[in-house]
Amino acid sequence: MAAIAQAAGARRERRALRMRPGSWLVWALVVFFLVNVLGVIGSVVLDSVGKTWFSGWTPTGYTTSNYSQAWDEFDLGQVMTVTFQITLLVVGLSLLIGVPASYALARRDFPGKRAVMLLFVLPILVPPIAYGIPLATMLYKVHLAGSFTGVVAANLVPSVPFVVYTMTPFIEQIDPRLEQAARMCGAPTRSVLGRIIAPLLLPGMLAAGILVLVRTFGMFELTFLTAGPTSQTLVVSLFSAATSAGIRTAQNIDAMAVIYTGSMLVLLVIALRFVNPTQLVARSRD
Amino acid sequence: MSAATVTVADAPKAALRHRLAERGVDRTLLLLLPGVIAMAALFCYPFIYGLGLSFQPAKGGVFGAYSAFFGDSFSEGTIWTTLGLAIPASLINVGLSVPISYRMRGDFRGKRLLLTLLVVPITLGTVLTAEGILEYFGPVGWFNLTLQKLGLVGAGHPITLVNDYWGVLFSLIISGFPFAFLLTHSYLSGIHPALEKAAATLGAGWWQRFRFVTFPLLLPGLLTTFCLTFVLAFSVFPSAIMVGDPDGRTHVISIEAYEQALQNFNYPQGCADAMIMTAAMLLVIGLVMGVRRFFYTGSTGGKG
Repeated sequence: MAAIAQAAGARRERRALRMRPGSWLVWALVVFFLVNVLGVIGSVVLDSVGKTWFSGWTPTGYTTSNYSQAWDEFDLGQVMTVTFQITLLVVGLSLLIGVPASYALARRDFPGKRAVMLLFVLPILVPPIAYGIPLATMLYKVHLAGSFTGVVAANLVPSVPFVVYTMTPFIEQIDPRLEQAARMCGAPTRSVLGRIIAPLLLPGMLAAGILVLVRTFGMFELTFLTAGPTSQTLVVSLFSAATSAGIRTAQNIDAMAVIYTGSMLVLLVIALRFVNPTQLVARSRD
Repeated sequence: MSAATVTVADAPKAALRHRLAERGVDRTLLLLLPGVIAMAALFCYPFIYGLGLSFQPAKGGVFGAYSAFFGDSFSEGTIWTTLGLAIPASLINVGLSVPISYRMRGDFRGKRLLLTLLVVPITLGTVLTAEGILEYFGPVGWFNLTLQKLGLVGAGHPITLVNDYWGVLFSLIISGFPFAFLLTHSYLSGIHPALEKAAATLGAGWWQRFRFVTFPLLLPGLLTTFCLTFVLAFSVFPSAIMVGDPDGRTHVISIEAYEQALQNFNYPQGCADAMIMTAAMLLVIGLVMGVRRFFYTGSTGGKG
């Protein structure tokens, strides 16, 4: 890392050829942080292919049987199916609900717009566990708790506002004169939507959809509070397995954790092809 | 848009539709309806329902659930336990991201790779981070082995980090620091470099440039970042159970609310706890945002 900075500095200006102690300290902090993160991930990955690992730097032997055991024991085939069904449904629904709303927010200035914006920002700001408990209580009352529908509904709460907040700036930068020109040329609303707006919105919808996909896949609290035995996502069964340990070996749980990480990383790599890293934590600031 | 251009000059009493359209109210707003209904049904209604339920406990009158929470020192202590975790964690996260993002505000080779690496811990999620921390920082984990190898702790006497306060704090830093860093970084890249160059022209050293030019412009952004990391840390849940000591030193308020609602099936108490949690969090955010008002929050010159 330090070498990279040095090279970059030397390329641009001679000033940074010898780094100040402050720079060393900063880079050391970054490296220390990344090494620890690597250790945290690495020990899970290594343990998942180990036979036993009670002490020492490495496990006593290596095997892949942990994965097949974990797959059978936690019924991961079913869990994965449910996870992807829930995630894709949430992505689809939140785009369907969120994109029209962000179009209206981007194109119109109307009385009460601030209130609507507030309504969409609150679910992002309030932590899931704070509204998840009342939400789970309400779902129990209407007999949706534990069902597939309940989990999807709960996951829509942070996803729809997220789509709105990613898409509104995106739509704002599309010139409204394009639509007006199409209307001038006699295009009916259907054609304006299908041939002008939709193609222009597609990249933004793709980015927003992938971001929602990543977030829903990793969303623990809401799914945990609302899921039943048949509607658990991967991250929730991972948590249940890890906290109700006993008969299961740590290796099996780690194998499951690695399966989760692997799927997450695949999603992440796909996501990073389309969006900027900072968009994963905050709405775009274009 | 097209309706708004219709003038009302020659028609003293224009149709209501036109008058509304002039203020931006037309059929386009119907597009908002699904979103608003979804949020009202899934967010506002449950919240109000929970608030109402919290005033209807099985015993103790209207404020029974609240007095039960504040009357019991174990449950009341969860507020301080949570603050004791969330405030240090957010201070560390924001404090570390300032020098690091200040150093990295320019462009250098491998910057995108570094940003990507930093995003990984956020997306891994708290459950996986906690699982990893259990092993890495555990008594026979690599962290303790390294410390023993370096002779910092005696062999056979590993320091206890997991199933304790420290494990949870580490998990909050691992998942919170990248978040704080990326936010700070984007705030910092919104400050025009010309401002610093102008200060340098006037003979300001790097500390003066940072102290009197960059830092005041960054401060409102930092306070927002603090609020967001604080919210994340205040609602810590899975890692407090997995790597913490959920019945003791890391019995945070979210665990208390969860246990009441979904383990004891005392929904009014659980909802009351969730309301107290929200109120405590809003109080801290309100304080920070109140402080933020005293600082300059105008234009920072845009992206450089």
